[in-house]
Amino acid sequence: MDPYQLKKLNAERRARRAAVLVTDLGDGRDRLVCEGDAVAGELGTAIAEAFRTGASGVVEAEGRSFFLNAHLPQPRLVVIGAVHISQALAPMAQVAGYPLEIIDPRTAFATPERFPDVALHAEWPEDALKVHPLDSYTALAALTHDPKIDDFALKAALEAGCFYVGALGSRKTHAKRVERLMAMGVPAERIDTIFSPIGIDIGAASPAEIAVAVLAQVIRAFRSRDTARQPKGQAA
Amino acid sequence: MENAAHLDESRDPLLIAEEWMKSGRDVAIATVVETWGSAPRPTGSCLVIDSDGNFQGSVSGGCVEGAVIAEAADVIESGKPRMLEFGVADETAWRVGLSCGGRIRVYVERLG
Repeated sequence: MDPYQLKKLNAERRARRAAVLVTDLGDGRDRLVCEGDAVAGELGTAIAEAFRTGASGVVEAEGRSFFLNAHLPQPRLVVIGAVHISQALAPMAQVAGYPLEIIDPRTAFATPERFPDVALHAEWPEDALKVHPLDSYTALAALTHDPKIDDFALKAALEAGCFYVGALGSRKTHAKRVERLMAMGVPAERIDTIFSPIGIDIGAASPAEIAVAVLAQVIRAFRSRDTARQPKGQAA
Repeated sequence: MENAAHLDESRDPLLIAEEWMKSGRDVAIATVVETWGSAPRPTGSCLVIDSDGNFQGSVSGGCVEGAVIAEAADVIESGKPRMLEFGVADETAWRVGLSCGGRIRVYVERLG
């Protein structure tokens, strides 16, 4: 392996950006392809698939044999609100492979007793997100209903290009939220990407069922995300 | 609480490979490139080895690491990458113990 490619790969991984290391198994040469880099032909198609699925493997392309090692950042889920739904969502998300963090400044809600074994930040999103920034491999679910807590986080998630942004609330609640986000200067086309009412439609009624619906929506968003575009989180 | 969303600096084989290289050690990287059946570690898993036989990471559940480390010494010496195959049908595999029923191919290359 070329030491320069290894350094570059590790830098991308540290920055939580996806990369595919392509090794020509015939001559041992390798090169790193970063997300958004254009690669033509059969190999390009296979690389795009590796970015989408995160699966590594050997591919035959242009009469040669290549090993594609897909290095995708671990997707994570940030939940705003240490509420009943979050209590059910926390263990489910961990099991599904989406490490979860909860942010809620209300110390009566954000207690270790209610959330054992969860990364819990009893702080305002304004402060917590400074220390734990959002990125394009992060999903954000705003579950408090409280504009004072949810709105800043939603704006931050849309700006960071989170692969999923969802917000709890009825259509009426969401309509008001849209107005507030517009007033905060968030472009309408970004606001349109918020999933609200939150969760896929499975007729969920209990907090735990809503958690299932949210987690399913997060997984679908991750597995169907558009990897051809440059991650939105990378500001020019 | 430890956040699994971030790299484990002390155990991540590719970060360790870079560290070892910076400190002037000769390093080989072994990567699982194909698996069939019940392989213990998924495709893409890495083991890094230095010329003294120190290693970090894994390409199996400890079954074939010994054989890979021995091959890595030759790869570091020659600089020529090598493809290794282990499986139940393979006598070497029986000897080194990949008896879980799976087969794996491991690509071993020198860093630099």
